Amino acid sequence: MKTVEEIRAAIEAALPGAGVEIVPNPSVSGQHSLRLRPSSAVEVAKFLRDDEELALDFLSNATGVDWPDKEVTEKVKVTRTVRKTVDGVEQTAEEAVEETRKRVEPGCLEAVYHLFSVARGHGPVVIRMKTVNRTDQVELPSLTPIWRSAEFQEREIFDLYGIVFSGHPDLRRLLMWEGFKDHPMRRDYVEPDDFEYEPTAHDDVLKRAVAHQAKQLEAAGTAAGAAGVGAGVAAGREGTGAGA
Amino acid sequence: MSTSGFVPEKDKREGWNRPPVIEPDGEGELLEVAMGPHHPSTHGVFRMDVALDGERVIRLRPVFGYLHRNHEKIAEGISYLGSMPFTDRLDYLCPLTNNWAYALAVEKLTGQAVPERAEYLRVIVGELTRVQNHASSIGFLIQEMGASGTPLMYAFKAREKILDLFEELTGARMMCNYMRFGGCRVDATADWLAATRKVVEGLPEFADEFERLLRGNEILMARTQGVGILRPELAVNAGVTGPMLRASGVNYDIRKVDGYGVYNRFKFRVPLGDHWDVFDRFMIRLLEMRESIKILEQALKEIPGGPVMDAKAKLRGFRPKPGEAYGRIESPKGELGFYLISDGGPNPYRYRVRPPSLINLTVLEDMALGQNVADVVLIFGSVDIILGEVDR
Repeated sequence: MKTVEEIRAAIEAALPGAGVEIVPNPSVSGQHSLRLRPSSAVEVAKFLRDDEELALDFLSNATGVDWPDKEVTEKVKVTRTVRKTVDGVEQTAEEAVEETRKRVEPGCLEAVYHLFSVARGHGPVVIRMKTVNRTDQVELPSLTPIWRSAEFQEREIFDLYGIVFSGHPDLRRLLMWEGFKDHPMRRDYVEPDDFEYEPTAHDDVLKRAVAHQAKQLEAAGTAAGAAGVGAGVAAGREGTGAGA
Repeated sequence: MSTSGFVPEKDKREGWNRPPVIEPDGEGELLEVAMGPHHPSTHGVFRMDVALDGERVIRLRPVFGYLHRNHEKIAEGISYLGSMPFTDRLDYLCPLTNNWAYALAVEKLTGQAVPERAEYLRVIVGELTRVQNHASSIGFLIQEMGASGTPLMYAFKAREKILDLFEELTGARMMCNYMRFGGCRVDATADWLAATRKVVEGLPEFADEFERLLRGNEILMARTQGVGILRPELAVNAGVTGPMLRASGVNYDIRKVDGYGVYNRFKFRVPLGDHWDVFDRFMIRLLEMRESIKILEQALKEIPGGPVMDAKAKLRGFRPKPGEAYGRIESPKGELGFYLISDGGPNPYRYRVRPPSLINLTVLEDMALGQNVADVVLIFGSVDIILGEVDR
């Protein structure tokens, strides 16, 4: 089988300006991947499928990966102008200082596809695409029109990661129910507090149930309701007091 | 003509390799039926929303997620080894091949070697798994045809013997948790190998009997031949794998293509269908059982001595170097793959199961359109799915 470099050269020869990058894989598996530019991904995918030598007619696995925003701390050497008094004379001098800076590396969502060839029996060729960010620009082109096997898998990525595949014929949630809001496979996903609000004998569940009830009443916009909770609790205390 | 509910006025799915459009004949009303989630033929909780024109299926929409527990998210929160018992619960008819696929993916990620005896043991338990899976899947298929119980019990006769072997070797009949990164958890005793040889000796007779009972049955032939045809081009494009793909006449068996483990040492053939229908899928499973028995005979004859765990294999404090790997095997259902990304920590950064059961269902609608509603149950049964793996 061709190496990723050769595949990249073949793509560039057939589709100049496709902008395919190689993403090296440091693991011993040696499965390096090709990063496609979303704007040209469908043409490149079509080429990979229809090229006689590659003949990647079988999309085996499609999945998402979440790369959240990362705070990177790095030490930078900066030259600063410092005023100094040397022997009673004021001077300005340049001095190299080490500074610690923090910057936020923006995160992204990634779709990864593993391609094989049934006709030629080789593979895998790994292709991946990146969204611009994780919040509002999460659109990627769908590869379902090229490989039908992406149909359910892209629906699953949309469901669990929130990547919107434009051109997908039937983009709905696959595993979670309709009306579910969040994307559970994201790294920063937090379970809703009413996930299991039915009180059980466990303290933390009971605590969450009380918090949830208060929140519900607050959401209903009844100040009286919120007061009612307080009054109820107070009444309960009084009740026990009176009983004792 | 009523088009309420999910049958859209205009199909949005135009301009791709979509299922064909079946036009209603214009008389009467369409009937929308939810088959499942508790229909006995769905092997678990799975729903098919079907639109019927008389008895013909006009539209079919599978609904997933009833058994979703986010297996992948759980795996990202625990160590690599911690996921091994959970893989048993994906396709709970074939726990050992699930173990194998996961172990293989991690071994690809770390470059871990596996001793020869462990590779042979993996082949033996893997092929035993295939025999019992195919036998019971045929049993379930016949059950769905209306032959209540009896054929399934014949299948379970063989399955019980194999599960007893699993229990003796691993301590559990179904949740085996047997493989480790770099080998197998325990070695097989000479007694176990002798018992396995005895069971394998009896398997050809079981296969003959099973085949005689079913193959010539007129009702079975009438119900399955020419039903649920799947074209090979579509099968490849839709990522269908396993016996389903080979019943459509495509010669693609990962045991041959990748030759993982020690499979290239064994002589076996890949049976292919040429009518691409439900009957072919049923026959391919019967024939694959016979090929598995051949592999078992060879493996049991050739199994070498030695350790079953690589001496350098690390179980505690296991931290693969950063990188990623995709490993796959030919499980009884199709291509079972695991995709792992490591960031150098003790837990996988990304853990993905490529579930053959889910992806084989992509073509369910294509196969069912235009067929009778009673045949949908059969077509669905011929895909051979386990919901634990579909919904994960």
